Amino acid sequence: MSAHAATTSHDGDHHDHHHPELGFWRKYVFSTDHKVIGIQFFFTALFFFMVGGILALLIRTQLAWPFDEVPVIGQLIYPESGGVLLPENYLALMTMHGTIMIFFFIIPILSGAFGNFLIPLMVGARDMAFPILNMLSYWLAVPAFVIMMSAFFVTGGPAAAGWTSYPPLSGLADMVPGSEMGQSLWLVSLFILGTSSIMGAINYITTIVMLRAKGMTMFRLPMTIWALFITAVLVTLATPVLASALVLLFLDRTISTHFFLPEGGGHPVLWQHIFWFYSHPAVYIMILPAMGMASDIISCFARKPLFGYRPMVYSIMAIAGLGFIVWGHHMFISGMNPTVGLAFMTSTMMIALPSAIKTFNWLGTIWRGDLHLTAPMLNALAFVSTFVIGGLTGIYSAATPVDVFIHDTYWIVGHIHYVLFGGSVFGVFAAIQFWFPKMFGRMMNDTLGKWHFVLTFISFNCVFFPMFILGAYGMPRRVADPYVYELFQPLQGINQFMTYSVYILGATQLILAYNIIASLFWGKKASQNPWHANSLEWAAPSPPPHGNFEAIPVVYRGPYEFAVPQVKEDYLPQWTDGVSPTPEHAPVQPAVSPASK
Amino acid sequence: MGVLQNISTFGASVDNLYFVVLIITGVAFILVEGILVYFLIKYRHREGRRAEYTHGNQRIEILWTVIPGLFLFGLAIFQYGAWTRIKIDLPPEEDSFVFTVEAKQFEWYAIYPGPDGAMGTDDDIEGPANQIHVPVNKPVIIHLASRDILHSFFVPVLRVKQDAVPGTIIPIWFEATQSGQHEIVCAELCGLGHYRMRGQLFIESEADVEAWLAELAAR
Repeated sequence: MSAHAATTSHDGDHHDHHHPELGFWRKYVFSTDHKVIGIQFFFTALFFFMVGGILALLIRTQLAWPFDEVPVIGQLIYPESGGVLLPENYLALMTMHGTIMIFFFIIPILSGAFGNFLIPLMVGARDMAFPILNMLSYWLAVPAFVIMMSAFFVTGGPAAAGWTSYPPLSGLADMVPGSEMGQSLWLVSLFILGTSSIMGAINYITTIVMLRAKGMTMFRLPMTIWALFITAVLVTLATPVLASALVLLFLDRTISTHFFLPEGGGHPVLWQHIFWFYSHPAVYIMILPAMGMASDIISCFARKPLFGYRPMVYSIMAIAGLGFIVWGHHMFISGMNPTVGLAFMTSTMMIALPSAIKTFNWLGTIWRGDLHLTAPMLNALAFVSTFVIGGLTGIYSAATPVDVFIHDTYWIVGHIHYVLFGGSVFGVFAAIQFWFPKMFGRMMNDTLGKWHFVLTFISFNCVFFPMFILGAYGMPRRVADPYVYELFQPLQGINQFMTYSVYILGATQLILAYNIIASLFWGKKASQNPWHANSLEWAAPSPPPHGNFEAIPVVYRGPYEFAVPQVKEDYLPQWTDGVSPTPEHAPVQPAVSPASK
Repeated sequence: MGVLQNISTFGASVDNLYFVVLIITGVAFILVEGILVYFLIKYRHREGRRAEYTHGNQRIEILWTVIPGLFLFGLAIFQYGAWTRIKIDLPPEEDSFVFTVEAKQFEWYAIYPGPDGAMGTDDDIEGPANQIHVPVNKPVIIHLASRDILHSFFVPVLRVKQDAVPGTIIPIWFEATQSGQHEIVCAELCGLGHYRMRGQLFIESEADVEAWLAELAAR
């Protein structure tokens, strides 16, 4: 994993980068190289995926057999209660599952890991605009992780008011044990992490706007970059609002202010407005990068240009823009003026439109393509198919009268997991397997990748699809034992089926973990462009040295020139002059006109 | 919602809307996933075959923007009536059975206006925890409140749900079409006992409700 070559070439384009050989700490720990920082985020995020996943296994165990002894590890984690989970443990579990998956896994791996690694390479830069700020953004995230994890060891345990942390439950220490020290640590941790995110976002925006290589116009950028760019804009605009909410709640808890507490004139629903003003754009922060990456991966393995590049770009902008005016759809039942609910319902219905347009364009991309069903491609297609289910089920929640019934039920849990796991996480699986050769100079095992895909896809649907049935019955979320209610007793069988399926889903991830680790050490060495892809990162060696490129490439065309009729090979990279991927190959004669336009 | 019985007058609006959305999304789902699977099979890599070199088609972009857009906007407008009926327009208080429900960790309390018919006076009658009585076939208006933190009053068979917000009184309404005893579910996380914050709603004739109130007043 050498990120530094002995020397870099000296272009006229950039300042002299001739530095003395760095020591271990500056090279591998406090590196300012975007690739190292990206890899740091990568492994950190995958670690938290595992932690969040284990919490999910515990949640599902409880829902299958409430208050029974947790099998295998129960005695280890709940020794005082004989291996049995207590109600307060359950609330901490589900709070930390959501918190960790959202803030410590999905956002860091999409924006922190892939954003960092790919942006300079794909725009044709040697590094980010602000390398030291970049290094700080990772090292600011680390204390945030430590603080959040330390909450597992304090009196009362970690926060237990849900990842949404509604006051007064989260605002008053005596309302639930997690609202003692744990909730305060949660607030501090996220405040620091948000700062780290904003630093990263500023870097990404500046790099994409200012450091593109010659010939790389905005509309020659790959969708991955457009998506990361617009996501960075969302992060910059929305995260400070979360920060303000965190500060206000922290003050309510510590110095007796009353922003959200009614005694003293505060209003609990105010938290919800401020929180969701951030957290709705946050869900787009969590999906847009995956959409961009899916576009690039699907185009590459369909060996076909992306269908509707400009509509795809505008759709991402529409999702981001509309994403700022739908937050109230989380609050239809909150006591917010119901007339305002009509407005939010309308905007929420409309936000389905750009996502639908993107889905049609992905179908258009594979239509008449030459589909190579590699592991990255399968995962990218799984992203599309499960994201569709997530998006369609969102329409039910957007329908306010229906939402009266399904709000705070398992319908919502099913919806969010179809867009977050089905969407973002399959996108992450695709991205890992697609860019691993570039990141680490090794190929992953595609057969293992396919097994991982099949088992994940089947078990994922077995876990999460029944949640819509549970929701249609009205089974509420965040309830440690739903079978207290006669209404939900018939649902225990379904819940048990889902739990068995989640054990398989969890175990299947070991295949991916093994594939990553084994490939790092024993994977076949990767060539510069093993997938015959077109974007600029494939112009650099695998892995790229410090400084990325021998000479900064010049860009001649867009990133989706596959199956070009005049070209013998089925791809034509952005950085090659003429009509051949490499200078040695002679172009095909004669030119054949495109079939249709 | 298709699976759970509905015993409220406006519940039909909820269930009908659910079915309309089910049909629209069901058709969309079958079409999109069907096309996806069909393309995966039809366009699998075969030796000697190349992809078609096209960057898109403006006409189809317009079609698949405008048509879904109209559907979505239409669906939004279609629902305004139902939402207004359920949440915005309350029946007149004179024609309704009006009382207060207060939520607290982890119980539901009904507080009825006493003989003077007014809430918030000295003769109000508070019921025992988790037992709420309402008349059948008559609009019921509940002034929903909370004694401590957020809770949410959810009666699945009535298709009724509303968060109880401390510091606020929120009016909700329903009209039950059948007598019976049904569960009240707390639908907003409220701490340790959230999972067992189970109330009982007794829907009975007006005479039976009056008898219950008389019995409470006598205690």
